[in-house]
Amino acid sequence: MNISQATLDSTLQSVDDAEAMVMSAAKDFGFEEDEQHEIGMAVRECMVNAVVHGNRYSKNKKVHLDIDSSRDSLVIVIGDEGAGFDLNSLPDPLAAENILRQSGRGLLLIRAFMDDFDLHPRPGGGTEVRLVKKLPKK
Amino acid sequence: MSVKLTARHVGDVTVIDAAGRITLGEGASAFRDMLRDLAAKGDKKILLNLGEVSYIDSSGIGEMVSGFTTLTNHGGQLKLMGLSKRIKDLLQITKLYTVFEVFDDEADGIRSFA
Repeated sequence: MNISQATLDSTLQSVDDAEAMVMSAAKDFGFEEDEQHEIGMAVRECMVNAVVHGNRYSKNKKVHLDIDSSRDSLVIVIGDEGAGFDLNSLPDPLAAENILRQSGRGLLLIRAFMDDFDLHPRPGGGTEVRLVKKLPKK
Repeated sequence: MSVKLTARHVGDVTVIDAAGRITLGEGASAFRDMLRDLAAKGDKKILLNLGEVSYIDSSGIGEMVSGFTTLTNHGGQLKLMGLSKRIKDLLQITKLYTVFEVFDDEADGIRSFA
């Protein structure tokens, strides 16, 4: 079921807006505060990737946000209109030689905080990221 | 709220009290500028108090690492105190617990520079 969707400018304000939208949806869906925080943080990291690395702050490119739910999961899809990239080309941020690098930890945090993470080319160009967080079993 | 940073001196140690959010943009930039200014002034012993920091993203973490590297290259040290559980979790996930010295108590942190 679709909860909400938005087409956002390639700005840091959009990062804040998307984070707030998803955290609100996560709260309504029944996630506890710590889980809302984790979901919000994963979305922030994805949005930064889309705005900064994908669309490179272009005024002509948008970020596409979809928030959906299934029976026990919140599903968030974030798409950019950038040139795309190869996930395997990214250095391992946990390798000893990379531990003091300033950047490159975003995907590590996304994977740590979400139950499922998938990245693929977006139809029409760009990159699409799909994030899934399941409600904990009571 | 973006980050608010206040520097104070306890002996020869500079304590930076940070409050708010350290995220890409204004928050991370302010943090980077303060660490660079302190390093340029010759402050070599810096204890970063994150007790009032509610949120830090990968850019904020990157600025902490960059500050650590800058100070170390100038013969200084950057240590952390007052970490919330969420920030401790971030340091665990990123393995930066192996890089930073972390203290719960300010007095312990200050003594560690002696």
